[in-house]
Amino acid sequence: MFTAERVADAKDWIKGETGDWEVIIGLEVHAQVSSNSKLFSGSSTEYGSEPNSQVSLVDAGMPGMLPVVNEYCIEQAIKTGLGLNAKINLYSRFDRKNYFYVDLPQGYQISQFEHPIVGEGNIEILPIDSDGNTLDPVSVGIERLHLEQDAGKSVHDLSPDETYVDLNRCGVALMEIVSKPDMRSPEEASAYVDKLRGIVRALGTCDGDMEKGNLRADVNVSVRKPGGELGTRCEIKNVNSMRFIRQAINYEARRHIEILESGGSIDQETRLFDSLKGETRTMRSKEDAHDYRYFPDPDLLPLNIEQSYVDDLKAKLPELPDAIKSRFMDDYKLSEYDARILTADKIKSDFYEIVANGRDAKIAANWTMGDLFGALNKSGLDLNATPVSAKMLGELIDRISDNTISGKIAKSVFERMFNGEGNADEIIEAQGLKQVTDVGAISVIVDEVIANNKDQAQKAVANPKLLGFFVGQVMKATQGKANPQVVNKLLREKLGL
Amino acid sequence: MPLLTRAYVIMEFFVSNQKNVVNVEDVKKIARLSRLRVEDTELQSLADDLSGILGWIEQLNEVDVDKVEPMTSAVAMKSPMRKDIVSDGDKRDQILKNAPKKDDGFFVVPRSVE
Amino acid sequence: MTDLTKYTLNDALDAMNKGEFTSEELTTAHIKACENATKLNVFITSSFEHALEAAKNSDKRRAKGNIGLIEGAPLGVKDLFCTAGVKTTAGSKILDQFEPTYESSVTSNMNSQGMVMLGKLNLDEFAMGSSNETSAYGPVINPWKKDEKLVPGGSSGGSAAAVAADLCLGATATDTGGSIRQPASFTGTVGIKPTYGRCSRWGTVAFASSLDQAGPIAKTVKDAAILLQSMAGYDEKDSTSLNIPVPNWKTSCDKSIKGQKIGIPKEYMIDGMPRDIQLLWDQGIEWLKDSGAEIIPISLPHTKYALPAYYVVAPAEASSNLARYDGMRYGLRAEGSDLNDTYSRTRTMGFGDEVKRRIMIGTYVLSAGYYDAYYLRAQKVRARIVEDFENAWHKCDTILTPTAPSAPFTLGRKVVDPVEMYLNDIFTVTTNLAGLPGISIPAGLNQDGLPLGLQVIGKALDEDNVFATASALERAANFNLKPKKWWIE
Repeated sequence: MFTAERVADAKDWIKGETGDWEVIIGLEVHAQVSSNSKLFSGSSTEYGSEPNSQVSLVDAGMPGMLPVVNEYCIEQAIKTGLGLNAKINLYSRFDRKNYFYVDLPQGYQISQFEHPIVGEGNIEILPIDSDGNTLDPVSVGIERLHLEQDAGKSVHDLSPDETYVDLNRCGVALMEIVSKPDMRSPEEASAYVDKLRGIVRALGTCDGDMEKGNLRADVNVSVRKPGGELGTRCEIKNVNSMRFIRQAINYEARRHIEILESGGSIDQETRLFDSLKGETRTMRSKEDAHDYRYFPDPDLLPLNIEQSYVDDLKAKLPELPDAIKSRFMDDYKLSEYDARILTADKIKSDFYEIVANGRDAKIAANWTMGDLFGALNKSGLDLNATPVSAKMLGELIDRISDNTISGKIAKSVFERMFNGEGNADEIIEAQGLKQVTDVGAISVIVDEVIANNKDQAQKAVANPKLLGFFVGQVMKATQGKANPQVVNKLLREKLGL
Repeated sequence: MPLLTRAYVIMEFFVSNQKNVVNVEDVKKIARLSRLRVEDTELQSLADDLSGILGWIEQLNEVDVDKVEPMTSAVAMKSPMRKDIVSDGDKRDQILKNAPKKDDGFFVVPRSVE
Repeated sequence: MTDLTKYTLNDALDAMNKGEFTSEELTTAHIKACENATKLNVFITSSFEHALEAAKNSDKRRAKGNIGLIEGAPLGVKDLFCTAGVKTTAGSKILDQFEPTYESSVTSNMNSQGMVMLGKLNLDEFAMGSSNETSAYGPVINPWKKDEKLVPGGSSGGSAAAVAADLCLGATATDTGGSIRQPASFTGTVGIKPTYGRCSRWGTVAFASSLDQAGPIAKTVKDAAILLQSMAGYDEKDSTSLNIPVPNWKTSCDKSIKGQKIGIPKEYMIDGMPRDIQLLWDQGIEWLKDSGAEIIPISLPHTKYALPAYYVVAPAEASSNLARYDGMRYGLRAEGSDLNDTYSRTRTMGFGDEVKRRIMIGTYVLSAGYYDAYYLRAQKVRARIVEDFENAWHKCDTILTPTAPSAPFTLGRKVVDPVEMYLNDIFTVTTNLAGLPGISIPAGLNQDGLPLGLQVIGKALDEDNVFATASALERAANFNLKPKKWWIE
């Protein structure tokens, strides 16, 4: 299973004292299924409730309690599998993974070991370097996707010598998505997670919220001489942001190289990432070697899924980020860069499509990406918290194209919209920003400006560049509200250009 | 018991105590995995016990199981499924009722830090 | 006044319907009998006050014409079924003070059919045993005492002894490898394990999930039919519960078996089998012939391997099912120096030797490197055993065998080899492995005057024919002997 044919680009090699090294990365991403209730019980999955308030007798592992599988979770796993271009296994089964821990009330986790619901698949990722340039696409193999129960939460800071246990998360459905060891740089790893996140969000199978831990990654890292024998890998548990993933890989690869170059060897082990120090450290060594004693859960029956059910889900699958991106490039004639930014997730692409609907696609893209995303970025807001809705942004663009305001005035209207002063029409009205297109009115002002600058007017015939000066003067006099085309036309006529 | 012993011999259930299927180290390992304490003085007799039972179980090797699918459940039917509806939870008092130690809505357990 | 504890369940229900006595009177009589029978040690927890209350309520319901299947019947419940507000121990110290907040689906079904629960009956710890001697609450004494104390069989020893001693009109029990049928055979009572999936397992403390089935122990086949009807039924909380209607099994008992084909498996016929048992089996064959059935010799070639397969599958599932008893959320906690020490102390103190032994066997057969050799192979052998029965059903409708290889034995005798103890289940485990219904009915006494049972095995979901065949045997055997009530002071 652990094969790694591809050799990283030389630019991704890490310089060591003994020469170059290549880092080999595989990820196990845990994505929480966006279900209302848990994988095997009817208690809620809602985040942030009172401790132990979302626990059923089943979740608490009470004597005689039995699991019943949540249909919705099966459906989401299949949809995600389809989104990963993976094989859907019509026969799959739940197994018990046996170990003792305080956050595991049954004494075993119900997971899928031998027969996962989703088999091999493949996705294409586009890594981005630190300067924001898109690199060549990389194909990452998916090993499998299986469903399993999440564990409870241990709280260690409520008492100095005891642990407090909250089982609210216990039994929440997770999709564990296991990649092949196909990534060769921290950027590829984060691009992979970003891609997965985009897919599950587009499918609606997981909200992808990394801050809440609804999407988190275990990162397997090893190093080797470029193209050489594979090294021993270490698994870094529960890394929950793209930046941390990159940091953890960088740190871990360096650690391996240092150990190997000083003649040591790597212990295969599980490590934790300390985000404050930017380091990984070994988890307290378990007293016993892991022996999970997997066996089919006798409380559950195998899942036998009909091909027609899978076909039906496939037919109803929403458009995935990759498909949306090519459509944007084809239909809206957007550049690859613009299309990538605008299809990074479902919210962005949906937003853009509303703005672009019936309008100039390029102008819509510029306003969405340049002005809106820029402003959001500056104020640290997510697109779903934007004060300027897609409808509002579209209306603003309409006011430019129907000559109500100029592009320049539009920038200030946008600023006011962003500050919550209302929609474009309200702001234009309130601020009196409506463009003056009345030729008579503008003509009066043009005459005045020419009269006040007689010398310049005479020079203008010889030096047509002075037109800019006159335009500026007219705009100044009209607080920018005069229609620029009209101003130009009148000035040319009156200056004899 | 005579009756049982007779049946036992007659049915050719062959318990071989000569064969050490399970040794003391195995007993230590499985005791640790199952979170049971076995005193050093008990290790050997437990190893003998388990060897006897497992040795007897090894007669299963006589059965031809080529191309036989293992049985994993006693009912041959489709797995039933639940609708994704919140129908449970909100019973903290019940959940904590029998807890050996609890505080402020939490189970309280010996310190466990990774 | 007649002794109300002598009634069968069916007769008592009829009599109450006719107004001959009330549930309160019936319950009071049984409570008195229970109070006089402490020597038998059948109860772990009695709930007499609760029972009287329930009886009064039942009488009120009856007055309103609201009459359940077992309306007002004082019954016992094996202490493996969780009962809301009534301690449930599973016969283990590890659940010594455990008081469930929930009611098992089986007892809940029975409550809604009018059960009056007298209390929670003793059993082998976590239902692991064949003599009731592994209970943390002391052994149950078989009412069929001769000069020495005898075991009632197990694991449902308390249920069987309570019914045999007329302490209740019937009792719930569970059967993983023979735990209903073997004690029924040892106590001269009727016990049926239905088809796997008939009775919900929800709320019943699990031993081995793919084998556990609830069923009743009763005085007669008809009583067993009535009780099973009140226990069974689809339960959406148990994924292995069968979504099919519960038939009227009471009427199955009156069905003729004329023309029925009864299989006699040659593999159960052992040279030198205890003579009494072989004779009784031969007698049973004659009785069935007399009832118009046809006797067909059959072969179940993998019978020999059922027991060793069972002793892989059951401990494997048990080792996992019992992992939850760790002292963290309920039950016993024995504080240790750290978390792992607390786990180990709790489980070492809380579990008895047999339970620990089975957990260790189960852990071993599932552990890395041994899974294929033991667990996977056992599940394949299990598939072979299922095949044996499928083949047999081409030739016969039901199968007749002895229930157990011995009569009740002396309490406290030394068993050096655990395998010797496991042999008690030799004739019963096959039906658990295959998920089939099996009933034990009392058919006679051995030379020492102790009861012996015969077993009828049926096709999956064909309890109908099992009850019919068992009833025919019951009529022919006319077994109406009862132990002398030596336990009454």
